[in-house]
Amino acid sequence: MSPETISADAVIDAVSAVFMVVGALMSLGAAIGLLRFPDLMTRMHAATKPQVLGLFLLLCAVGLQMRTWWVWPVLVVAWIFQLLTVPVSAHMVGRAGYRTKHLHPELLSADELEAVVQQAAGERGFTDE
Amino acid sequence: MTRKRISLRQELPLLVWLVIVWGALWQDFSAGNLLFGALIAVAVARLFYLPPVELGGRFNVLRAVRFAAVFLAKVVAASFQVLYLAVVRGPRVISAVVAVPLRSHSDLLVTATGHVISLIPGSLVVEVDRSTSTLYIHGINVRDAEDAAKLRKEVRDTEAGLIRIMGTKAELSALEQEVGA
Repeated sequence: MSPETISADAVIDAVSAVFMVVGALMSLGAAIGLLRFPDLMTRMHAATKPQVLGLFLLLCAVGLQMRTWWVWPVLVVAWIFQLLTVPVSAHMVGRAGYRTKHLHPELLSADELEAVVQQAAGERGFTDE
Repeated sequence: MTRKRISLRQELPLLVWLVIVWGALWQDFSAGNLLFGALIAVAVARLFYLPPVELGGRFNVLRAVRFAAVFLAKVVAASFQVLYLAVVRGPRVISAVVAVPLRSHSDLLVTATGHVISLIPGSLVVEVDRSTSTLYIHGINVRDAEDAAKLRKEVRDTEAGLIRIMGTKAELSALEQEVGA
Protein backbone atom coordinates (compact mmCIF):
# COMPACT_ATOMS: atom_id res chain seq x y z
CA MET A 1 0.00 0.00 0.00
CA SER A 2 1.51 3.31 -1.02
CA PRO A 3 1.25 6.35 1.26
CA GLU A 4 -0.82 8.18 -1.37
CA THR A 5 -3.75 5.76 -1.20
CA ILE A 6 -3.73 5.94 2.58
CA SER A 7 -3.91 9.73 2.52
CA ALA A 8 -6.72 9.63 -0.05
CA ASP A 9 -8.62 7.26 2.25
CA ALA A 10 -7.99 9.55 5.18
CA VAL A 11 -9.29 12.54 3.25
CA ILE A 12 -12.45 10.68 2.25
CA ASP A 13 -12.99 9.57 5.84
CA ALA A 14 -12.46 13.08 7.15
CA VAL A 15 -14.83 14.62 4.59
CA SER A 16 -17.57 12.08 5.27
CA ALA A 17 -17.11 12.56 9.03
CA VAL A 18 -17.65 16.32 8.62
CA PHE A 19 -20.68 15.68 6.39
CA MET A 20 -22.23 13.33 8.93
CA VAL A 21 -21.70 15.65 11.89
CA VAL A 22 -23.09 18.68 10.04
CA GLY A 23 -26.00 16.57 8.73
CA ALA A 24 -26.81 15.41 12.26
CA LEU A 25 -26.53 19.04 13.40
CA MET A 26 -29.34 19.89 10.95
CA SER A 27 -31.58 17.28 12.62
CA LEU A 28 -30.67 18.73 16.00
CA GLY A 29 -31.61 22.16 14.67
CA ALA A 30 -34.99 20.78 13.60
CA ALA A 31 -35.59 19.38 17.09
CA ILE A 32 -34.61 22.67 18.76
CA GLY A 33 -36.82 24.58 16.32
CA LEU A 34 -39.81 22.33 17.07
CA LEU A 35 -39.43 23.04 20.76
CA ARG A 36 -38.68 26.76 20.60
CA PHE A 37 -40.69 28.21 17.76
CA PRO A 38 -44.05 29.70 18.76
CA ASP A 39 -46.60 28.45 16.22
CA LEU A 40 -47.31 25.81 13.60
CA MET A 41 -45.96 27.71 10.61
CA THR A 42 -42.59 28.55 12.11
CA ARG A 43 -42.34 24.97 13.40
CA MET A 44 -42.95 23.73 9.88
CA HIS A 45 -39.90 25.70 8.77
CA ALA A 46 -37.82 23.95 11.38
CA ALA A 47 -39.30 20.49 10.85
CA THR A 48 -39.17 20.20 7.08
CA LYS A 49 -36.15 22.18 6.01
CA PRO A 50 -33.13 20.52 7.61
CA GLN A 51 -34.11 17.37 5.75
CA VAL A 52 -33.00 18.95 2.52
CA LEU A 53 -29.45 19.81 3.55
CA GLY A 54 -29.12 17.24 6.35
CA LEU A 55 -30.18 14.38 4.12
CA PHE A 56 -27.96 15.65 1.30
CA LEU A 57 -24.91 15.63 3.57
CA LEU A 58 -25.69 12.21 5.07
CA LEU A 59 -26.29 10.67 1.63
CA CYS A 60 -23.00 12.16 0.42
CA ALA A 61 -21.26 10.60 3.41
CA VAL A 62 -22.82 7.21 2.63
CA GLY A 63 -21.75 7.53 -1.01
CA LEU A 64 -18.20 8.43 -0.03
CA GLN A 65 -17.92 5.55 2.42
CA MET A 66 -19.31 2.91 0.04
CA ARG A 67 -16.55 3.74 -2.49
CA THR A 68 -18.47 2.37 -5.45
CA TRP A 69 -20.23 4.40 -8.07
CA TRP A 70 -23.20 1.99 -8.24
CA VAL A 71 -24.64 3.44 -5.08
CA TRP A 72 -24.70 7.07 -6.29
CA PRO A 73 -27.76 6.81 -8.60
CA VAL A 74 -29.85 5.37 -5.72
CA LEU A 75 -28.74 8.17 -3.41
CA VAL A 76 -29.52 10.82 -6.04
CA VAL A 77 -32.96 9.29 -6.64
CA ALA A 78 -33.62 9.18 -2.88
CA TRP A 79 -32.68 12.84 -2.53
CA ILE A 80 -34.74 13.93 -5.54
CA PHE A 81 -37.83 12.15 -4.19
CA GLN A 82 -37.30 13.95 -0.89
CA LEU A 83 -37.03 17.26 -2.77
CA LEU A 84 -40.24 16.52 -4.63
CA THR A 85 -42.29 15.46 -1.61
CA VAL A 86 -41.09 17.70 1.25
CA PRO A 87 -42.58 20.96 -0.12
CA VAL A 88 -45.90 19.23 -0.85
CA SER A 89 -46.34 17.99 2.72
CA ALA A 90 -45.10 21.30 4.12
CA HIS A 91 -47.56 23.18 1.91
CA MET A 92 -50.50 20.96 2.87
CA VAL A 93 -49.82 21.26 6.61
CA GLY A 94 -49.11 24.98 6.33
CA ARG A 95 -52.26 25.60 4.35
CA ALA A 96 -54.44 23.58 6.71
CA GLY A 97 -52.79 25.36 9.64
CA TYR A 98 -53.50 28.77 8.15
CA ARG A 99 -57.12 27.93 7.43
CA THR A 100 -57.76 26.62 10.92
CA LYS A 101 -56.00 29.70 12.35
CA HIS A 102 -53.18 27.84 14.03
CA LEU A 103 -51.03 30.92 14.08
CA HIS A 104 -50.43 33.90 16.29
CA PRO A 105 -51.42 37.09 14.43
CA GLU A 106 -49.37 39.19 16.85
CA LEU A 107 -46.23 37.44 15.62
CA LEU A 108 -46.90 38.35 11.98
CA SER A 109 -45.52 41.65 10.73
CA ALA A 110 -47.80 41.47 7.68
CA ASP A 111 -50.53 39.15 6.41
CA GLU A 112 -51.38 39.81 2.79
CA LEU A 113 -53.49 36.66 2.50
CA GLU A 114 -56.02 37.60 5.18
CA ALA A 115 -57.71 40.36 3.14
CA VAL A 116 -58.04 38.01 0.16
CA VAL A 117 -59.57 35.29 2.33
CA GLN A 118 -62.01 37.77 3.92
CA GLN A 119 -63.03 39.07 0.52
CA ALA A 120 -63.59 35.56 -0.87
CA ALA A 121 -65.58 34.60 2.23
CA GLY A 122 -67.71 37.76 1.89
CA GLU A 123 -68.52 37.02 -1.75
CA ARG A 124 -69.79 33.57 -0.87
CA GLY A 125 -71.89 34.90 1.99
CA PHE A 126 -69.63 33.63 4.75
CA THR A 127 -68.27 35.95 7.36
CA ASP A 128 -65.63 35.36 9.93
CA GLU A 129 -67.03 34.29 13.30
CA MET B 1 -62.13 7.30 -24.11
CA THR B 2 -61.75 10.86 -25.23
CA ARG B 3 -58.42 11.61 -23.65
CA LYS B 4 -56.04 13.79 -25.54
CA ARG B 5 -53.17 11.62 -26.78
CA ILE B 6 -49.78 13.10 -26.15
CA SER B 7 -46.89 12.78 -28.53
CA LEU B 8 -43.94 10.53 -27.74
CA ARG B 9 -41.69 13.60 -27.65
CA GLN B 10 -43.74 15.09 -24.81
CA GLU B 11 -43.78 11.80 -22.96
CA LEU B 12 -40.08 11.12 -23.42
CA PRO B 13 -38.77 13.01 -20.32
CA LEU B 14 -41.12 11.00 -18.11
CA LEU B 15 -40.08 7.69 -19.71
CA VAL B 16 -36.37 8.51 -19.42
CA TRP B 17 -36.85 9.41 -15.75
CA LEU B 18 -38.71 6.13 -15.08
CA VAL B 19 -35.91 4.12 -16.73
CA ILE B 20 -33.29 5.97 -14.64
CA VAL B 21 -35.23 5.20 -11.45
CA TRP B 22 -35.51 1.55 -12.50
CA GLY B 23 -31.79 1.28 -13.18
CA ALA B 24 -30.92 3.09 -9.94
CA LEU B 25 -33.14 0.84 -7.83
CA TRP B 26 -31.63 -2.33 -9.34
CA GLN B 27 -28.18 -0.71 -9.28
CA ASP B 28 -27.73 -2.25 -12.71
CA PHE B 29 -27.35 -0.12 -15.84
CA SER B 30 -26.71 -2.98 -18.28
CA ALA B 31 -28.49 -2.80 -21.65
CA GLY B 32 -30.82 -5.73 -20.93
CA ASN B 33 -32.02 -4.31 -17.63
CA LEU B 34 -32.55 -0.85 -19.12
CA LEU B 35 -34.51 -2.33 -22.03
CA PHE B 36 -36.78 -4.22 -19.64
CA GLY B 37 -37.12 -1.03 -17.58
CA ALA B 38 -38.13 0.87 -20.72
CA LEU B 39 -40.85 -1.71 -21.45
CA ILE B 40 -42.20 -1.34 -17.92
CA ALA B 41 -41.98 2.47 -18.18
CA VAL B 42 -44.10 2.46 -21.35
CA ALA B 43 -46.61 0.07 -19.77
CA VAL B 44 -46.86 2.19 -16.61
CA ALA B 45 -47.24 5.41 -18.59
CA ARG B 46 -50.04 3.81 -20.63
CA LEU B 47 -51.88 2.20 -17.72
CA PHE B 48 -51.62 4.99 -15.17
CA TYR B 49 -52.26 7.90 -17.46
CA LEU B 50 -51.52 11.35 -16.07
CA PRO B 51 -52.42 14.71 -17.58
CA PRO B 52 -49.45 15.76 -19.71
CA VAL B 53 -47.14 18.39 -18.26
CA GLU B 54 -46.94 21.29 -20.66
CA LEU B 55 -43.26 21.85 -21.20
CA GLY B 56 -41.89 25.13 -22.49
CA GLY B 57 -40.15 23.43 -25.39
CA ARG B 58 -36.65 24.45 -24.35
CA PHE B 59 -34.18 23.51 -21.64
CA ASN B 60 -30.91 25.28 -20.98
CA VAL B 61 -28.55 22.78 -19.32
CA LEU B 62 -25.82 25.34 -18.52
CA ARG B 63 -28.27 27.63 -16.75
CA ALA B 64 -29.71 24.62 -14.91
CA VAL B 65 -26.30 23.62 -13.55
CA ARG B 66 -25.61 27.18 -12.39
CA PHE B 67 -29.11 27.40 -10.89
CA ALA B 68 -28.56 24.12 -9.00
CA ALA B 69 -25.25 25.41 -7.57
CA VAL B 70 -26.84 28.69 -6.45
CA PHE B 71 -29.77 26.74 -5.00
CA LEU B 72 -27.47 24.51 -2.95
CA ALA B 73 -25.54 27.55 -1.65
CA LYS B 74 -28.80 29.24 -0.66
CA VAL B 75 -30.01 26.08 1.09
CA VAL B 76 -26.79 25.86 3.10
CA ALA B 77 -26.88 29.55 4.10
CA ALA B 78 -30.59 29.49 4.97
CA SER B 79 -30.35 26.20 6.89
CA PHE B 80 -27.82 27.73 9.24
CA GLN B 81 -29.93 30.88 9.48
CA VAL B 82 -32.98 28.87 10.60
CA LEU B 83 -30.75 26.97 13.05
CA TYR B 84 -29.54 30.31 14.44
CA LEU B 85 -33.11 31.60 14.72
CA ALA B 86 -34.22 28.42 16.50
CA VAL B 87 -31.44 28.67 19.06
CA VAL B 88 -31.28 32.44 19.63
CA ARG B 89 -34.68 33.94 18.83
CA GLY B 90 -36.95 30.96 19.47
CA PRO B 91 -40.43 32.05 20.59
CA ARG B 92 -39.90 35.73 19.77
CA VAL B 93 -39.40 35.24 16.04
CA ILE B 94 -41.53 37.50 13.81
CA SER B 95 -42.86 36.21 10.49
CA ALA B 96 -45.14 37.44 7.71
CA VAL B 97 -47.38 36.14 4.98
CA VAL B 98 -46.37 37.88 1.76
CA ALA B 99 -48.22 37.87 -1.56
CA VAL B 100 -45.91 37.46 -4.55
CA PRO B 101 -47.41 37.86 -8.01
CA LEU B 102 -45.46 35.79 -10.55
CA ARG B 103 -44.83 36.63 -14.20
CA SER B 104 -45.57 33.24 -15.67
CA HIS B 105 -49.01 31.63 -15.85
CA SER B 106 -47.70 28.18 -16.74
CA ASP B 107 -48.53 25.54 -14.13
CA LEU B 108 -45.08 24.01 -14.46
CA LEU B 109 -43.22 27.22 -13.66
CA VAL B 110 -45.53 28.21 -10.80
CA THR B 111 -45.11 24.72 -9.30
CA ALA B 112 -41.34 24.73 -9.80
CA THR B 113 -40.99 28.20 -8.25
CA GLY B 114 -43.13 27.19 -5.28
CA HIS B 115 -41.07 24.03 -4.83
CA VAL B 116 -37.72 25.78 -4.94
CA ILE B 117 -38.91 28.50 -2.57
CA SER B 118 -40.31 25.91 -0.14
CA LEU B 119 -37.05 23.95 -0.24
CA ILE B 120 -34.99 26.97 0.72
CA PRO B 121 -35.38 27.17 4.51
CA GLY B 122 -37.29 30.10 5.94
CA SER B 123 -40.02 30.35 3.32
CA LEU B 124 -43.13 28.22 2.87
CA VAL B 125 -45.90 28.41 0.30
CA VAL B 126 -49.19 28.75 2.19
CA GLU B 127 -51.60 29.31 -0.65
CA VAL B 128 -51.54 29.49 -4.44
CA ASP B 129 -53.94 31.55 -6.52
CA ARG B 130 -53.79 29.85 -9.89
CA SER B 131 -55.98 32.36 -11.74
CA THR B 132 -53.60 35.25 -11.03
CA SER B 133 -50.56 32.97 -10.41
CA THR B 134 -49.90 34.56 -7.06
CA LEU B 135 -47.99 32.72 -4.35
CA TYR B 136 -48.73 33.49 -0.72
CA ILE B 137 -45.53 32.80 1.16
CA HIS B 138 -44.96 32.52 4.88
CA GLY B 139 -41.49 33.84 5.56
CA ILE B 140 -39.72 33.41 8.87
CA ASN B 141 -37.91 36.40 10.39
CA VAL B 142 -39.72 38.93 8.15
CA ARG B 143 -39.95 41.86 10.56
CA ASP B 144 -40.87 44.82 8.37
CA ALA B 145 -41.79 45.94 4.86
CA GLU B 146 -38.14 45.95 3.86
CA ASP B 147 -37.70 42.25 4.70
CA ALA B 148 -40.96 41.51 2.88
CA ALA B 149 -39.67 43.31 -0.22
CA LYS B 150 -36.47 41.29 -0.01
CA LEU B 151 -38.43 38.04 0.16
CA ARG B 152 -40.60 39.13 -2.77
CA LYS B 153 -37.52 39.96 -4.83
CA GLU B 154 -35.94 36.60 -4.01
CA VAL B 155 -39.04 34.71 -5.18
CA ARG B 156 -39.21 36.72 -8.40
CA ASP B 157 -35.50 36.17 -9.02
CA THR B 158 -35.99 32.43 -8.54
CA GLU B 159 -38.80 32.51 -11.06
CA ALA B 160 -36.61 34.47 -13.49
CA GLY B 161 -33.92 31.80 -13.16
CA LEU B 162 -36.42 29.06 -13.89
CA ILE B 163 -37.82 30.94 -16.89
CA ARG B 164 -34.25 31.20 -18.25
CA ILE B 165 -33.91 27.43 -17.84
CA MET B 166 -37.21 26.14 -19.18
CA GLY B 167 -39.68 28.94 -19.85
CA THR B 168 -41.27 29.39 -23.25
CA LYS B 169 -39.66 31.76 -25.75
CA ALA B 170 -42.41 34.33 -25.17
CA GLU B 171 -41.81 34.33 -21.41
CA LEU B 172 -38.07 34.59 -21.95
CA SER B 173 -38.31 37.61 -24.26
CA ALA B 174 -40.76 39.30 -21.87
CA LEU B 175 -38.26 38.73 -19.06
CA GLU B 176 -35.36 40.11 -21.10
CA GLN B 177 -37.37 43.21 -21.89
CA GLU B 178 -38.23 43.69 -18.23
CA VAL B 179 -34.61 43.31 -17.16
CA GLY B 180 -33.37 45.55 -19.97
CA ALA B 181 -35.87 48.31 -19.19
